[in-house]
Amino acid sequence: MKIAIFATCIVDAMYPKVALATVRILERLGHDVVFPAGQGCCSQMHVNSGYIDEALPVVRNHVEAFTAVDYDVAVAPSGSCVASLGHQQPMVARKCGDEGLARQAEEVAGRTYELSELLVDVLGVTDAEKQLGSYFPHRITYHPSCHGLRLLGLGDRPTTLLSSVEDLELVELPDAQECCGFGGTFSFKNPDVSGAMVDAKIKNIESTGTGLCAGGDSSCQLHMNGAARRRGSEVRTVHLAEILASTRANPLELDQIADLSIPRVHATITPSSAAGPGGAQAASSAGGAR
Amino acid sequence: MTVVDLGMPGTRIAYGSGNLYEETPFPEHARSELGNQQMRANIGHATHTIRAKRGRVVGELPDWQDLRDAGSAIKQEVGARLPELLEQFEANVTARGGIVHWARNAAEANRIVTDLVRAKGVDEIIKVKSMATQEIGLNEHLEGQGIKSHETDLAELIVQLGDDKPSHILVPAIHKNRDEIREIFSRRMPGTGKTLTNEPAVLAEAARTYLREKFLDTTVAVSGANFGIAESGTLTVVESEGNGRMCLTLPKTLITVMGIEKLLPRFADLEVFTQLLPRSSTGERMNPYTSMWTGVAEGDGPEEFHLVLLDNGRSAVLGDPDGRSALHCIRCSACLNVCPVYEHAGGHAYGSTYPGPIGAILSPQLTGVAAEQNNSLPYASSLCGRCYEVCPVKIDIPSILVHLRDEDVRTKHGERDDAAAQQRSTVSAAREAEAAATGAQPEPAEHPDRVKKSRVPSEMDVLMKGAGVVMSSGKRMALAEKALPLGRGALKPFGGAKWLPGMVGGWTQERDIPVPPSQSFRNWWRKHGEETEQRVARDLGSTALAPSGPGEAPSSSLAGHIEEHAGWGAEAQAVIRARAGQSSGGESTKSSDATSTGEEQA
Ligand code: SF4
Repeated sequence: MKIAIFATCIVDAMYPKVALATVRILERLGHDVVFPAGQGCCSQMHVNSGYIDEALPVVRNHVEAFTAVDYDVAVAPSGSCVASLGHQQPMVARKCGDEGLARQAEEVAGRTYELSELLVDVLGVTDAEKQLGSYFPHRITYHPSCHGLRLLGLGDRPTTLLSSVEDLELVELPDAQECCGFGGTFSFKNPDVSGAMVDAKIKNIESTGTGLCAGGDSSCQLHMNGAARRRGSEVRTVHLAEILASTRANPLELDQIADLSIPRVHATITPSSAAGPGGAQAASSAGGAR
Repeated sequence: MTVVDLGMPGTRIAYGSGNLYEETPFPEHARSELGNQQMRANIGHATHTIRAKRGRVVGELPDWQDLRDAGSAIKQEVGARLPELLEQFEANVTARGGIVHWARNAAEANRIVTDLVRAKGVDEIIKVKSMATQEIGLNEHLEGQGIKSHETDLAELIVQLGDDKPSHILVPAIHKNRDEIREIFSRRMPGTGKTLTNEPAVLAEAARTYLREKFLDTTVAVSGANFGIAESGTLTVVESEGNGRMCLTLPKTLITVMGIEKLLPRFADLEVFTQLLPRSSTGERMNPYTSMWTGVAEGDGPEEFHLVLLDNGRSAVLGDPDGRSALHCIRCSACLNVCPVYEHAGGHAYGSTYPGPIGAILSPQLTGVAAEQNNSLPYASSLCGRCYEVCPVKIDIPSILVHLRDEDVRTKHGERDDAAAQQRSTVSAAREAEAAATGAQPEPAEHPDRVKKSRVPSEMDVLMKGAGVVMSSGKRMALAEKALPLGRGALKPFGGAKWLPGMVGGWTQERDIPVPPSQSFRNWWRKHGEETEQRVARDLGSTALAPSGPGEAPSSSLAGHIEEHAGWGAEAQAVIRARAGQSSGGESTKSSDATSTGEEQA
């Protein structure tokens, strides 16, 4: 299958490792992964802040980027961004009076899946050890971010995958369904309440004794991780994709989690010998998308 | 806001007034409330207890989602047929001996009630707990007119005797614990003194003794109403303590203040709501007391019955197709009990009579979000969606919050000047009227922080505009991300950042910023996208993978963590439905949920 990856702006800029992990999982299943070069953001930050007019070009860009390139389905390592495509993009287009764009947005959203959703529903993966070779010999807990939980209805897809990773022990998180307090611009417009919410979340993660909380949304993790550091807590977060991508031959080590750069081990071509054929392909998609 | 013509020629939109204003912006108010550890402990304990109770009784009904759909549909019908139903209701109440009064706003309603009480020659009334009379500030108004009202609901009495404000729709004193209640009672109830302990039964007995006298001596009662049945003119009050039953039956005169949205078309509709309401609000299968009355009946109950039908901004809400479903609310308080923002900040932080998620959408809509008094409320949510999940009438609160944020931004950008001017004049007129009635100085209509000096772009405008430019182009994203190594170099020695300037300083108030990566994925992929074979070989070595086929979704859903049919948003449903036919997998749990979730937004 030809699968387009929607990295999402936060993963693209701050968590490139998560996008790479997503690619690695799909490639080992034999799928072709393309990165539509025109992609930007889902528009959620603008919409949730009430800037609907400013969201329109962001929506249009996403729709154009994901119609210019040929693929079967698209995937994003974020429940919140995938939910935004179906939940908000058509609404933005309609509020701005562009019914055609709304329809196109619905079409794109209809083919875009959150990672665990794609793996379980479309690709039939329910045993990560056997079907993906996933290996992560650690105790972790899992926080289901709100939009994956309530807008996409991901249910137990992520935990089904995680608990089938070789040697992984999944400890249930108390009050898991409570919001971590991120909420986009809510995090800095209402910092005190957001801070109180993340306090509760961090305490619950600490109570599991795992110190490591997996999840499917990097933006929530940026918030939880940053808050844990500020509070002097040992709690750290890790994306579901990174755990599923981790194998016996190329395991994710705990001390690698903190550095957000893609480790050198993942590159075959060294920086000096760059500009391989991949560059040409990405550039051509970029031309098509714009 | 798109204004829909309601067929009332020449009528200006009437916005609400009364106890509907958030005088201090929510973030500020919340900050001071968060410092009250006792309050937070009390609310945290109470909300968690009631959540669990609600979860149990809702879980035992196999048709809960159908009931929610039915409740939502009936309330939608009420909105669509409101003028006609109101006239039918008025005719039926009148035909059975009731007297109907119409009040456009808080001041009119207060005046009507005051005149009715005066006409009876009394200076004391008893009251059944009611949100509508809280909303119009009836007690304070009567007080100014020399009329004393006695709240008879236990929690409302605690708030009244403590000179406090309610912080919850159902349990107004949820922020108080037993010790605090004991202290208030022993101070304010003559004769209780030192014998009073903090045992709930002892406290309840003290209140009962105190109230019994009032029930027997007072001849005028004021109530609200949970439902008004258009086809019969019947009014309904549901409650737990029996104080309502006493107020509705013992006095000679009964005055009921009811919001115009509380109508139900048919008596049979009660079947749906008497199931939805108690389970959602107190977590009981059935509330202990359901009182119904239709007009007056000789020799049975009050001799005189007055009904005050209150608009106070409701017509304005109805005029907004994207926000009007807020009028479906049956005041169950389930959304408050599950809301993490409410749980931490408490009810007082929302300023107005209506706290929590419903308050964050209802208060700004009743007063108009452009009135500025309530324009921080739509932002008082992380949009986690729990409110929608539990709302018995499926009000899409998160989507309405976003709609109101859009309205607020448009107001600030000068796109709503007419509405804003009208809303502001409603506020000042209401304040002057209240001041004239009580002889006090009118309060300034504007919070000083909220008066804008000029229309220069705000920090938020600049941020959003800039981000919009970058995020709407892959090329510009790639360019902007070229700065990552620079940021990495700058922050690496410090292990991240701890301080940001201005508005985004709210981020670093609570969180560190990590050291950014050396390269974005986009820029990395341009060089390494083609290395698929090497990546697979590196990850798998010689391991062979078991085959995967077309997907088959697991049948269970996050083991009891979430109720079915939770996804909100009418827009998303079209997409999810389209997807159901596309997934090569078996029937996914999600698609089957989704098809029945389509909440109508008409
Ligand atoms: S909005 Fe819904 S959940 Fe909240 S009080 Fe009203 S009816 Fe109850």
